[in-house]
Amino acid sequence: MNVRLARPPQPDIHEGTTETPTLTHLQRLEAESIQIMREVVSECERPVMLYSVGKDSAVMLHLAAKAFYPSKPPFPLLHVDTTWKFRAMYEMRERMARELGFELLVYKNPDALARGINPFDHGSALHTDLWKTEGLKQALDHYGFDAAFGGARRDEEKSRAKERIFSFRSAQHRWDPKNQRPELWRLYNTRINKGESIRVFPISNWTELDVWQYIHLENIPIVPLYFSAERPVVERDGALIMVDDDRMPLKPDETPIMKSVRFRTLGCYPLTGAVESTAATLPEIIQEMLLTTTSERQGRVIDHDQAASMEKKKQEGYF
Amino acid sequence: MAHQSTLIADDIDAYLKAHEVKSLLRFLTCGSVDDGKSTLIGRLLYDSKMIFEDQLAALEADSRRVGTQGGEIDFALLVDGLAAEREQGITIDVAYRFFSTDRRKFIVADTPGHEQYTRNMVTGASTADAAVILIDARKGVLTQTRRHSFLVSLLGIRHVVLAINKMDLVGWSQETFDRIVADYRLFADKIGIHHFTAIPMSALRGDNITEASDHSPWYEGPALLRWLEEAPVEDDLREKPFRMPVQWVNRPNLDFRGFAGFIAAGAVRPGDRVKVLPSGRETVVDRIVTKGGDLPRAVAGQSITLTLRDEIDVSRGDVLAAAGEPPGVADQFETTLVWFDDEPMLPGRPYLMKLAARTVSAQLTEPKYKINVNTLEHLAATRLTLNEIGVCNLLLDAPIAFDPYVDTKDLGGFILVDRISNRTVGAGLIHFALRRSQNIHWQALDVAKPARAAQKGQKPRMVWLTGLSGAGKSTIANLLEKRLHAAGRHTYLLDGDNVRHGLNKDLGFTEEDRIENIRRVAEVGRLMVDAGLIVLVSFISPFRAERRMARDLMDSGEFVEVFIDTPLAEAERRDVKGLYKKARAGELKNFTGIDSPYEAPEHPEIRIDTTRLTAEEAAEQIFAALES
Repeated sequence: MNVRLARPPQPDIHEGTTETPTLTHLQRLEAESIQIMREVVSECERPVMLYSVGKDSAVMLHLAAKAFYPSKPPFPLLHVDTTWKFRAMYEMRERMARELGFELLVYKNPDALARGINPFDHGSALHTDLWKTEGLKQALDHYGFDAAFGGARRDEEKSRAKERIFSFRSAQHRWDPKNQRPELWRLYNTRINKGESIRVFPISNWTELDVWQYIHLENIPIVPLYFSAERPVVERDGALIMVDDDRMPLKPDETPIMKSVRFRTLGCYPLTGAVESTAATLPEIIQEMLLTTTSERQGRVIDHDQAASMEKKKQEGYF
Repeated sequence: MAHQSTLIADDIDAYLKAHEVKSLLRFLTCGSVDDGKSTLIGRLLYDSKMIFEDQLAALEADSRRVGTQGGEIDFALLVDGLAAEREQGITIDVAYRFFSTDRRKFIVADTPGHEQYTRNMVTGASTADAAVILIDARKGVLTQTRRHSFLVSLLGIRHVVLAINKMDLVGWSQETFDRIVADYRLFADKIGIHHFTAIPMSALRGDNITEASDHSPWYEGPALLRWLEEAPVEDDLREKPFRMPVQWVNRPNLDFRGFAGFIAAGAVRPGDRVKVLPSGRETVVDRIVTKGGDLPRAVAGQSITLTLRDEIDVSRGDVLAAAGEPPGVADQFETTLVWFDDEPMLPGRPYLMKLAARTVSAQLTEPKYKINVNTLEHLAATRLTLNEIGVCNLLLDAPIAFDPYVDTKDLGGFILVDRISNRTVGAGLIHFALRRSQNIHWQALDVAKPARAAQKGQKPRMVWLTGLSGAGKSTIANLLEKRLHAAGRHTYLLDGDNVRHGLNKDLGFTEEDRIENIRRVAEVGRLMVDAGLIVLVSFISPFRAERRMARDLMDSGEFVEVFIDTPLAEAERRDVKGLYKKARAGELKNFTGIDSPYEAPEHPEIRIDTTRLTAEEAAEQIFAALES
């Protein structure tokens, strides 16, 4: 018998009721994600959850906590740090790991660190490549993880739409879109050879709206930057860039001005455009998203380079 | 983006409340190349306002650059994701797309129409609640339509739309529509699709997609989107007996032992009696534990953690099931198999089979037949190659809990993995168990095989003599039977030629007939072994797979394969019946050794080298081996 876990009060149910309402789309998505996470933990030797501190990561943490309750999630969190994230993201990272009881690993590409790679002097492409793509490969090799959870969704981008939930990487971390394993029913083939690894995307089938609705419904903590507030920004190449710390070099004609802004996605602050908004609550954020006419990735600088840029990056080892 | 509802702007909280209870429908689109699948999905995304301005701008630019619609918006470009495909103008893999309306969220599996991609369609169909089969109104029901429909039916999708597309190109002719529907119904009935909804449409122009089109006043059925919103999703899954494969055992400390899994069928409440399979032990559900508090009930489609009243052994791969209606337990099955790999399926080769949370070593027998997915004809086959579908027996190293696929998909659908390459090489559907491997006793145990054998004072066997024509099989078999008889053994000799005069006189010498010939002999032999006899079978039986089929019918140790090893040149030199001469002259077709191969046994129990032993010595050697 179970003595350490107090039994919570039984929810009020009507006697004789056998009907359970049809599962909602969020219930079905949640059940699928949890089933995927449990499968990885059961079959892979050394899984890790990549943690980017964004809203998708927040949902992933929440799902992991549910999937293994009352156990703690049986894998660490890995943050591949670029040193250029928003300060509020670093605060959130520490808080969430502490509150949910995860082991937190932070990896910074030592090569990028030594060379002082930054988006201002080296451009967004090199910055992303060294800190994120190379940093991730190094971190996975360094710790010997054979499976890494990521929070990517198929609705984000075309090449993701065709990527499997269990996505295989060669020992060189390359993705081969022409050689993916078929995924039938709920059956995932997790077998790999030494040195190979799997990226696992448990929220593949969620959309941006699903993520927001779920955060709302489940009351999941997210970085305050998603909510509107007066923040110091400058306008560069049509994007509103927040001056988050004094490392940001200002051009002679630039003066930060306070604007009511928020962020639809979060990344390195110099590469993430803010949107002007007054949405200060989750329903207001969702309302704004539903009424808006541009996709969430528009704020990201890395996607604009070429039509198939993401697919190319992924083949080279970008998450 | 998504929804036109005025609630979004006026009362977002009310809107969110309403959208919390949306259901989810997963569907599959399939059709031939150029039937307009990608266009249809692009149209659904566009019409449900799932396309953002920046995406639309990119789409317009792409349409001008590589579009096939003369500069007009080419919706297919929204969907065809990978760079290589976009350049070829075709979809080549399974892609998943999402859109939603005020009533439902939809996940669309977009699968290709190419012949070589059966694999992708089966993959997409495995998780779909419904299927939309596209037909080009100008072309009608094509071979590929039949193939897609067969796969939809095979994978158990019961809600089907026949989307008769490009109606604008046939002048919205009702006659054309009716003719295609009638054609399709003839075929659909044959494959078990008894209900379908036919919708005339133009995906490109948007007719009958979101609302009824003015172009088809004669059509009174729903527009596609309304049909999709109203198709039933979970069916009767939760009304079935409870099934939960155990995925993970949750042991945070010594006082908690939970069993985590996804409910494959039925419902469960604390207090329910459950059976653990394959062990067969019974206990009672104690709690349904979640982070948000215990649940009074959980149903199919939920991921849960259960605790049990008793400390009994349960591990990953076991199935928890309603005690009164448990699934079967077996280690041999008849299955339909779909082959995915470039390397063909090899009978007898060990693969790994994963079903629910269980992975075990598995072998396949030679296909009973393969299915021509275009004509539904059954064809003889010795193996399956890429994208072929056949019926094979699956033999496992250990018994598993299962349901037929038609009853519970999660307990009847499996994948096969190659042990060396780790590739997923095939998928299969269980029809039924061939033999119940445990917990099932013979009706009259006292007069079963051991009792009959004991009465005769012998160990029943099937001694299978294989070798070329003229190798000396019949001569040796005759001598062996005399020797056994003299020793007081109860025997029977089944001789290839003799059997063909009676039991198998309806069979010729085609490949199918030869396989059937062996099958009947093996089955008759099995009955005789069951009766306690030592059965001598003297058959050329040139193919390994057939001999394996016979071996698989028998219990371990009962089958004794004897290779009468005579080189072809020697057998041909003897040519007792003059058959080699005839075969060389072309008067006998499919003669083993001449124009049909002989696959020598790799590991026979006994090998007789007739160039060194006389027939008498050979019989004596086999006799000694049987008596030892």
